[in-house]
Amino acid sequence: MSTPILEVRNLKKYFKTPRGILHAVDDVSLQIEKGKTLGIVGESGCGKSTIGRVILRLLDPTSGQILFNGTDIARLRKSQMHKMRKEMQMIFQDPFSSLDPRKTVNHIIREPIVEYGIIKDKNQIEKRVLELMETVGLAERLINTYPHELDGGRRQRVGIARALAMEPQFIVCDEPVSALDVSIQAQILNLLKKLQREMGLTYIFITHDLSVVNYFADDIAVMYLGQMVEKAPAEELFAHPTHPYTKALLSAIPVPEIGERPERILLKGEISSPIDPPDQCRFMKRCSCADETCQRECPKLREISKGHFVSCWKS
Amino acid sequence: MEHREELVLDIEDLVIHYVLEEETVCAVNGIDIKLGKGKILGLVGETGAGKTTTALSALRLVPDPPGVIKSGSIMVAGHDIMKLTTTELEKVRGKDISMIFQDPMTSLNPVYTVGEQIAESIELHENVTKQQAYDKAQEMLELVGIPAYRSTEYPHQFSGGMKQRVVIAIALACNPKLLIADEPTTALDVTIQAQVLELMKDLIRTYGTSVVMITHDLGIVAEICDQVAVMYAGRIVEEGPLEAVFNDTLHPYTEGLFNSLPNIHSRTEDLKPIPGLMPDPTDLPPGCSFAPRCPYATEECSRGIPELKDMGGGHKVACRNYADPDFTIERRKKQ
Repeated sequence: MSTPILEVRNLKKYFKTPRGILHAVDDVSLQIEKGKTLGIVGESGCGKSTIGRVILRLLDPTSGQILFNGTDIARLRKSQMHKMRKEMQMIFQDPFSSLDPRKTVNHIIREPIVEYGIIKDKNQIEKRVLELMETVGLAERLINTYPHELDGGRRQRVGIARALAMEPQFIVCDEPVSALDVSIQAQILNLLKKLQREMGLTYIFITHDLSVVNYFADDIAVMYLGQMVEKAPAEELFAHPTHPYTKALLSAIPVPEIGERPERILLKGEISSPIDPPDQCRFMKRCSCADETCQRECPKLREISKGHFVSCWKS
Repeated sequence: MEHREELVLDIEDLVIHYVLEEETVCAVNGIDIKLGKGKILGLVGETGAGKTTTALSALRLVPDPPGVIKSGSIMVAGHDIMKLTTTELEKVRGKDISMIFQDPMTSLNPVYTVGEQIAESIELHENVTKQQAYDKAQEMLELVGIPAYRSTEYPHQFSGGMKQRVVIAIALACNPKLLIADEPTTALDVTIQAQVLELMKDLIRTYGTSVVMITHDLGIVAEICDQVAVMYAGRIVEEGPLEAVFNDTLHPYTEGLFNSLPNIHSRTEDLKPIPGLMPDPTDLPPGCSFAPRCPYATEECSRGIPELKDMGGGHKVACRNYADPDFTIERRKKQ
């Protein structure tokens, strides 16, 4: 097994709220090998976006280690982190709010190149911007347009070009296609795949859309209320979902096909509060197989087959 | 063919433009929709296809200005919507026809309790006292799976899925003949979406309501609809019974939509996106609007708008290629 490019150990991110401590990310550990994609799936409020932000130190972790190429970036000072950011980039969900409306496409893509002094020569910078635009499939004539003149798909391409400008090794994609129409969504997914092949990029792909993550990721981690409840290679997870929540989540996907569909597992109720959760299984209240064991203690992740981890007392 | 009187919704040759100072947005360009009692029609298309404008027109809610209904007739349960006065319209809205909007967070009034909001429409349309209306409102809440005691709570005390249930309760409170649901589950998480869809299916079946379900999600269509109409640039390009459109796809755009979706059964299959972008609705190409993105397009395609032709069994398609009897799209060859 090759060494992971990123390893997260016992990561916690708590927020203080007037009603108590909100456990956004609660003791999550994960690893990604170079050139692979880890999909993080879950519903709103499960902590999937927070984890992406903490890994890039856009938020500081409450505790835990984030090892990037062996360096614990959770402990880096601001100036050291600034250098590290060159290797770690992010693509945001909403291409409407993640681009500065008063800057042209040229300016947006050029900014990181200038800021980090990647290229000094002015003409070379211009050349690089055009090269990046070509890589992400933006026509040259758009170089002086403003974000509001572009549609969602093109804006997302600008966001990708900006992330690539730093020549990073690792990119966190936070719901990069959720705001886009299906035909455009497929264009962007294909682009991200092509870039990964060509540049050997490593992705964390955060999404709520299971059919997208199945297509895109090598490994999938399912999160529920701040905890990772199941993690497995994508094929294994779809073939043998084990945690009751994963099963329900998979059965809830509307499939665009007609004919026999497996019995749907409908969950009762809704996600409970992540504020000061008691030490018991967090999914218990919506679970059909829960009993006293689940109430006694929160289950830990254990390996049930090679690379397939699950945290449930019952499975 | 069904008689006009039996149709709950009958839209004919509807054209809606948004007339702005510098330009005119051709949002809906001549569509026909016929919907029988108890049927569920899925209106599918991407952003800007004109789905929502079409739906709003059925309640005459298209903002005017800038929206102008250029031509067409809209009949809902025997009412000629275009000819009604404002007072008459008020009686029809919420009673014969009601609407569920995409965002449950904004369609409820934050300063009234949910009970009051459900009771309001009952009080307006049914001949009942305030108390009776409120009792009925509590019944409706139970029906959508919310305990009646919560009727005294305000919208902010509910989660997204619960709010959408309240909106459904309001929409169905007066047992409308036609329900228009504009992306009712898009703002919800998948497991909550599954709950809400299941609930809607049950209620629609119980009450025999006809539904126009606007969505971009073909998965939801497969699950809940009987008929499908695919819209592109303000026109219906393909329509027909669910099975026909899904298993016997005719239009290249519909094929493109299917190819853009990741296949849940096979991870390795590549996505085949539709190249290019939706045409600018202020400047539609001559002829077939899909031609510039269409892999099957010929010169013929830019010469005038293709008509929606019945290919058998009510399965209609607007594509010139079918003038050639041997023409088939890739998706059909595979099947």
